[in-house]
Amino acid sequence: MTYLAKPRLLLADAPKNALGYTRRDYEGAISTLCAGCGHDSISAALVQACFDLDIEPHRVAKLSGIGCSSKTPDYFLGNSHGLNTVHGRMPSVLTGAALANRDLIYLGVSGDGDSASIGIGQFAHVMRRGVNMTYIVENNGVYGLTKGQFSATTDLGSKNKRGVINSDSPIDLVALALQLGASYVARSFSGDKEQLIPLLKGALRHRGAAFIDVISPCVTFNNHPGSTKSYDYVREHNEAVNRLDVILPRDTITASYAAGTVRRVVQHDGSVLHLRKVGDDYDPTDRIEAMNHLHERHALGEIVTGLLYVDSSAEDLHRHLNTVEKPLNKLGDAYLCPGSKALDALNASLR
Amino acid sequence: MNAMKTALQRCNDFVIKFANVNGSGSASANDLFARAIIRMGVPVAPRNIFPSNIQGMPTWYEMRVSAAGWLGRRGGCDLMVAMNPQTWDKDVAELESGGYLFYDSTKQLPRSKFRDDITVLGVPLTEMCNREYSDARQRQLFKNVMYVGALTALLAMEFAEVEKLIGEQFRGKDKLISANINALKRGYEYAREHLPCPIGLRVERSDQVGDRIFIDGNSACGLGAVYGGATVAAWYPITPSTSVVEAFTSYCRKYRTDPDNGACRYAIIQAEDELASIGMVIGAGWNGARAFTATSGPGISLMQEFFGLAYFAEIPAVIVDVQRGGPSTGMPTRTQQSDLLSCAYASHGDTKHVLIFPEDPYECFELGAQAFDLAERLQTPVFVMTDLDIGMNDRLCKPFAWDDKQRYDRGKLMTYEALEAGKDFGRYLDVDGDGIPYRTIPGTHPTRGAYFTRGTTRNAYAKYSEAGADYVYNMERLRRKFDTARSLVPAPVLRAAKEPTTVGVIHYGSTSAAMEEASVTLEAQGIHADTLRVRAFPFSDAVLDFVAAHEHVFVVEQNESAQLRTLLINEGEINPKKLIRVLHYDGTPITARYIAAKIADALSERKVTSIRKKVAT
Ligand SMILES: Cc1ncc(C[n+]2csc(CCOP(=O)(O)OP(=O)(O)O)c2C)c(N)n1
Ligand code: SF4
Ligand SMILES: [Mg+2]
Repeated sequence: MTYLAKPRLLLADAPKNALGYTRRDYEGAISTLCAGCGHDSISAALVQACFDLDIEPHRVAKLSGIGCSSKTPDYFLGNSHGLNTVHGRMPSVLTGAALANRDLIYLGVSGDGDSASIGIGQFAHVMRRGVNMTYIVENNGVYGLTKGQFSATTDLGSKNKRGVINSDSPIDLVALALQLGASYVARSFSGDKEQLIPLLKGALRHRGAAFIDVISPCVTFNNHPGSTKSYDYVREHNEAVNRLDVILPRDTITASYAAGTVRRVVQHDGSVLHLRKVGDDYDPTDRIEAMNHLHERHALGEIVTGLLYVDSSAEDLHRHLNTVEKPLNKLGDAYLCPGSKALDALNASLR
Repeated sequence: MNAMKTALQRCNDFVIKFANVNGSGSASANDLFARAIIRMGVPVAPRNIFPSNIQGMPTWYEMRVSAAGWLGRRGGCDLMVAMNPQTWDKDVAELESGGYLFYDSTKQLPRSKFRDDITVLGVPLTEMCNREYSDARQRQLFKNVMYVGALTALLAMEFAEVEKLIGEQFRGKDKLISANINALKRGYEYAREHLPCPIGLRVERSDQVGDRIFIDGNSACGLGAVYGGATVAAWYPITPSTSVVEAFTSYCRKYRTDPDNGACRYAIIQAEDELASIGMVIGAGWNGARAFTATSGPGISLMQEFFGLAYFAEIPAVIVDVQRGGPSTGMPTRTQQSDLLSCAYASHGDTKHVLIFPEDPYECFELGAQAFDLAERLQTPVFVMTDLDIGMNDRLCKPFAWDDKQRYDRGKLMTYEALEAGKDFGRYLDVDGDGIPYRTIPGTHPTRGAYFTRGTTRNAYAKYSEAGADYVYNMERLRRKFDTARSLVPAPVLRAAKEPTTVGVIHYGSTSAAMEEASVTLEAQGIHADTLRVRAFPFSDAVLDFVAAHEHVFVVEQNESAQLRTLLINEGEINPKKLIRVLHYDGTPITARYIAAKIADALSERKVTSIRKKVAT
């Protein structure tokens, strides 16, 4: 058998969300990734985030490029349509899909090779355009699917499995996304689901280009000493700027925070981001501060994580283009075809 | 000079060529001149020959006036309007013996700069403009209008028609109207006073234009996309295709703006490159919107990988390829039909694509609109193959027509109701035996009909599979689908010769105008030929039957490698010896003279001298 269907163990007491769905309804086919691969944890976090947000699975469209990371959309949200595109070009396909139907939630899944190497051009432009989406890079600093070559996010001095040291400067996709105008920018770690799930939830409820760089160790090719994307290294160097709770309009707020320890950001759809302070005060609504902080801490060898920047009043591509409210793919003939009368008038003007 | 005796005498049948400097504003004056002749009921066929440059380079506007209605390029030139000193020698040399040379006589030129066998018509345009206007730009622009005025007198055209056109062109801008008409008059009057009006070439009112319209193919493609229901366009600027999306944009503004709130019923993205353009089109097509891109050869090259994805994932897409010459700039702003192979077999893996060949703006509109139905019915990319000659030149053609009763054919869509009723859904399952599977649009049903697709490596239910049998099933189904396409694409157009003949000529796209004329030329020489205008790939049976029914089959193309011929040989399993190449690829549009001469020569080499007799016996 080449297709592994998940055994359907129906647990009568499995928790249900407001739509009556269990977590199982958000799962997909069984993963074929290596056991322990960081990417699988991200899939699990996505399942949890969608379950928590009561998202109807068929309202999500999943798009990916090529790579181990890009294979994962098969392993979550089995009731959502998915398109595994070509290497490095998911952003354009996602953009086209988003243009066709503004009512769905667009989830782009990519890898560091897919986005920072072959696809860096499309990565940049999809951010610039403010496509309404959640764009995740499952960043392992290596090409997993082609067996362990350096990627463009591999840190300077990082060692591969055979001991070769990378001498090219790395691309920091978070810094790029900030510079290019993404309106929700975060970094997280696949090994920290407490941090990752709320960040995904905030992104899925964000209007505009949301980008999350998730460091996601490749256990097979990049989890050894000397690698800066191994589980151990990331745990040791992870410096979160904040901790996020996403509060939906329907929720009653139960958590209480000590004065001065939390920042509130209200998104366009009424969801509230509660950013709990960790260490120094950090303002995630200031793009320049976010860029400065990132560079300063990077110079100190820290991996900055958390919600680094959010602009809750951001517009998206559809607003820029002033498209009609109704999805373009639902406009019938009468809305699209000017008909024979208009054509006769046009003919007359061409004589 | 003794030229007048032998000077050409022609009414409504000559070629006039304007040699201008790019960026001098001559285009609108030349256009005015062409339209005035059309308004007099005489067909014209203009062609721009322009450099890949914005300002300062030579550019030509060649216009054939033909009462017989021949819209192909004739070749040669009877009246040269030599406004560009840079190209003077070449322009003068190009004139037919007995032709006319119109020039700006402000500056004296030595006798050696002229020819003895032509008539020289000098108007001191610069001097007149300098006297009349103080502003440099005005001097330049009105110089163009002045020569139109002078030509109006020289060719005995109706001044009132030109005047009326100017009024229409600048409607509401009275100042501009009077300034332009003033310039027109100056030129007209100067010619009447100082030159032998009319010359041997004349335009006489006729009724040969009928209800035809005058428009370029790119505008027609843009309009076709509006009528065809395209809502998403993504593109990257490249000559000669740029004006397709520009036209789409302006027609959308006109016809697709919501009257209540001004919102757009369309989305147009100028992408970062052609890879992104086609990616967006594919994303939109996957998500149920009609989408297209317009590009030219280099863009087609960049899009290759994506064409494969769309082919195997079975996603509708429309690609308008306005063909031009090879790489770099320069030659690329000349016309060719040289992307057939790179489109027909575009991408990696075993792919084959549907191509459509419109012949003129009318078909750019009609077949361009139909391409969207075809793409959705077949769930695959459809290439609308035009070229610079059709795309960027105004052409007389039938008026556009639309049947309000027709509805968009969205192809085999699995609806919410069908899924709800429990109908079996396999995204890549051949249910009807025609190779075309059913598809769902994302978001159709909460629990049924979703699928995750990749290029290949899946079974009929879109589940991951590396099994050879699944791959083979899929490939065989795709072949069946391609076979189905043969009966859905536009049928070829046959023109039977007046007499039975063993000679057949296959042609396509922009060649048709020259081909029709060539048939008449050949007929006058006693050579009868049936012609078949191929309008699509894959080839329908009618195309292969045509080849089988003729002993000598010519394939006329505007490329060097005989690309349609290759497709015929390859797909129709035709003996290559049977298909005789007639190839034209110097960047200029093919002419009737060229086609007729090639065919006549080849037939005489084959000793098919008296076909009539042979058939008769
Ligand atoms: C055009 C093209 N070139 C090369 C490849 C081969 N390829 C497949 S995946 C991959 C790298 C993927 O790396 P990354 O995006 O980091 O994903 P990972 O496997 O690490 O999750 C490459 C080069 C391809 N599929 N397409
Ligand atoms: S090779 Fe690396 S990235 Fe790919 S599945 Fe295995 S662990 Fe994950
Ligand atoms: Mg990687």
